[in-house]
Amino acid sequence: MSSQHWDVLIVGAGPAGMAAAAAASQGGHRVAVLDENPAAGGQIWRRGWNDDEHKPDAARQAQTGKFVASGATLFHGRRVVAALAQGVLETWNDAENVGERFAYDKLILATGARERFLPFPGWTLPGVFGAGGLQALVRNGYDVRGKRVAVAGTGPLLMAIAAHLQEDGAKVLSICEQAPLSQLVSFATALLKRPGKILQGLSLRSSLRGVAYRTGSWPVAAYGAGQLEKVEFTDGKRRWEVDCDLLACGFHLVPNIELPALLGCALEDGCVRVDALQRTSVEHVFCAGEPTGVAGVDAALLQGEAAGLMAIGLTAQAQKLSARVASERGFGAAMEKAFRLRTEVLQMAAKDTIVCRCEDVCYGDLKALADGQNTWTDAKLQKRCGMGPCQGRVCGPAVEALFGWKNASVRPPIFPLPISALSSEPQLRTDSNSAALQEIQ
Amino acid sequence: MECARAGLRVGVVEPRVPGGAASAAGMGHVVVMDDSPAQLALSRYGRELWQKMRAALPDSVEYEQRGTLWVAADGEEMQEVYAKQATYTSIGVSSQVLDEKALAQAEPELRKGLAGGLLVPEDAVVYPPAAARYFLDEAIALGAKLIRGVRPVEAAKGIVRLQDGSALSAGSIVIATGVDTSLVPWITVQPRKGHLVITDRYPGFVHHQLVELGYLKSAHKLTADSVAFNVQPRQTGQLLIGSSRQYGDAEHDVDNKILKQMIDRACEYMPRIRDLSAIRVWTGFRAATPNKLPLIGPTPDPTVFLAMGFEGLGITNSPAAARLLADHLLQRESAIDRDPFLPAHVFRGESAHA
Repeated sequence: MSSQHWDVLIVGAGPAGMAAAAAASQGGHRVAVLDENPAAGGQIWRRGWNDDEHKPDAARQAQTGKFVASGATLFHGRRVVAALAQGVLETWNDAENVGERFAYDKLILATGARERFLPFPGWTLPGVFGAGGLQALVRNGYDVRGKRVAVAGTGPLLMAIAAHLQEDGAKVLSICEQAPLSQLVSFATALLKRPGKILQGLSLRSSLRGVAYRTGSWPVAAYGAGQLEKVEFTDGKRRWEVDCDLLACGFHLVPNIELPALLGCALEDGCVRVDALQRTSVEHVFCAGEPTGVAGVDAALLQGEAAGLMAIGLTAQAQKLSARVASERGFGAAMEKAFRLRTEVLQMAAKDTIVCRCEDVCYGDLKALADGQNTWTDAKLQKRCGMGPCQGRVCGPAVEALFGWKNASVRPPIFPLPISALSSEPQLRTDSNSAALQEIQ
Repeated sequence: MECARAGLRVGVVEPRVPGGAASAAGMGHVVVMDDSPAQLALSRYGRELWQKMRAALPDSVEYEQRGTLWVAADGEEMQEVYAKQATYTSIGVSSQVLDEKALAQAEPELRKGLAGGLLVPEDAVVYPPAAARYFLDEAIALGAKLIRGVRPVEAAKGIVRLQDGSALSAGSIVIATGVDTSLVPWITVQPRKGHLVITDRYPGFVHHQLVELGYLKSAHKLTADSVAFNVQPRQTGQLLIGSSRQYGDAEHDVDNKILKQMIDRACEYMPRIRDLSAIRVWTGFRAATPNKLPLIGPTPDPTVFLAMGFEGLGITNSPAAARLLADHLLQRESAIDRDPFLPAHVFRGESAHA
């Protein structure tokens, strides 16, 4: 069976993947980019129904322009589900219900990051969303006009998301950041070396004028009869309630390492291990952006460019980026430190708080296993934690934070897919560039 | 558990995860299997002990008396249905012949035109890792010690040496290491690789453990790779779809070619399986012995006993094997003839091969 063959195949059309595509397309190399979303941009530059109403983002426009001009082919709506043969990725095209294969000489993994959820009583109530999750919904047309929204969790994105929600017509009541002010101050000091990032922060702050930003505070519980009505917060000393329609709550980001792990890339501290030139432990496979360590969009752009150059053998040019890549990594490390989880947020869950939503596994079930000997595998085997359709994507990072159990294995398919895709007649389509849509801008 | 219940002081050495190897990979089908008189006796005994334990099993073990439905595709396989029923009847295992119509009623998702089947109503389905953990917890409650996270490197003459340099002494050592024969390298146990697919939840899609009768033709060959239609309903509403058998592949990776054959076979019997959502595919290894029977009992070293080589029937036979083994250790009479499972046959067999 034939498959489409590409000089460079890139998984993920966020900032890292777009930068990689632009770099790798030089000199006429055939480059394809796979992304599960309907358009390029990744989580951070997700295009929305009302994008025109938003202020243009210069970095996004510049990068998108380069990507479009590069001639790389974007295959959107494709989920990579397996890597069953050397040098080939198997994908699933949900919209057309067909399996496809993409063969490559070099592979660049730019799979991004996802939000970390931490369980607290009521977090599964309708009306409670991930912070980034709610933003994505709004971009897809979910109407928040007039809705009272509380924002909570941790990480630099909380403020950005709050600002966007506000621009989309929501009434943001407050932002509760679990990190204490002292930690954030030292992070801000580090930022002084990076005026661009300060400006971004200032512009956010101005659109959030009047919204309380409470550091050192976190949710105790969300309440409501079938639908969120209020959230109780604490700063460790006192408690207060906020009546609201929606809670947007996320605890920073965790790298998407499922595909790299499936391909056998070595991991280190939960991230894909790369050298200074974005090479993973697997030959011909590079990794760029958040999977190598959450460090934000600037790091992703630089790493993506470096990976793209490496993939077409322009090592010297990639080396020129190394110092800046390392500097952005330092920023990521400072950010991780500033927003590290305090012990209290690891103790928010009650015995009957659900941790694994797919399999309804409660905190108490897992706590009972936490005897110092048990592992993620025991939790899976004995309690089904992480065994549902999401394969531990949601609960895995929470369980790791709560109990220190690391997800030990990734099994195909990475995403659920119809059984027919595994059969010998998977309606494979191998013909088409016609399937690729260039509709980026 | 059997030894602890018999009042013995028990230590269990587990280098990784209890119930984490073949038990975690297998289907958990409790089935009376009639491919040899010895296997028939052991699996019937195993199923009987499961039935006796049933009331005591925690919910997590998910014991469900689903019954096995052996599916006959054509007239030839229908002849096997009758032969199989005669065998079961001879040892008091009840079964029921289904014709084409009755089969379609019992399992509406099977394709039309299948000849019929044999329903063995008392066969069951369990969740093996939880069962293994239950046996272990029962033993621990009776004073057994779990020594976890360290690999045994040698077991002989009443001493088990662990990788960390420590040693345990015991009057009797039971080796129950599945396909891992590193402690008993003179034993021939071949890993026989299998694939399984689990789906999302579709309650009521399948009611019985379904196995094609062609399975008997394919599953018990000693050499060639084979696939068979084998679908199991889980308590969660999920379906486990199997099965494949391969020798000579010791890699955990999914084998694309045999996976496709396995899925094709399943879709042949149950066309709408194509449209269900698969959430995971994995592989595991059955511990296959040359004579297709497990090894249960003493070895030339009077302190070393074996309980391994169960191939696809580990979960069915585990309570029976444990009972037979405790009978050996305590010099008790056994409920069934334990001679066919004696490791001594293998030692004799080995000299014959030489």
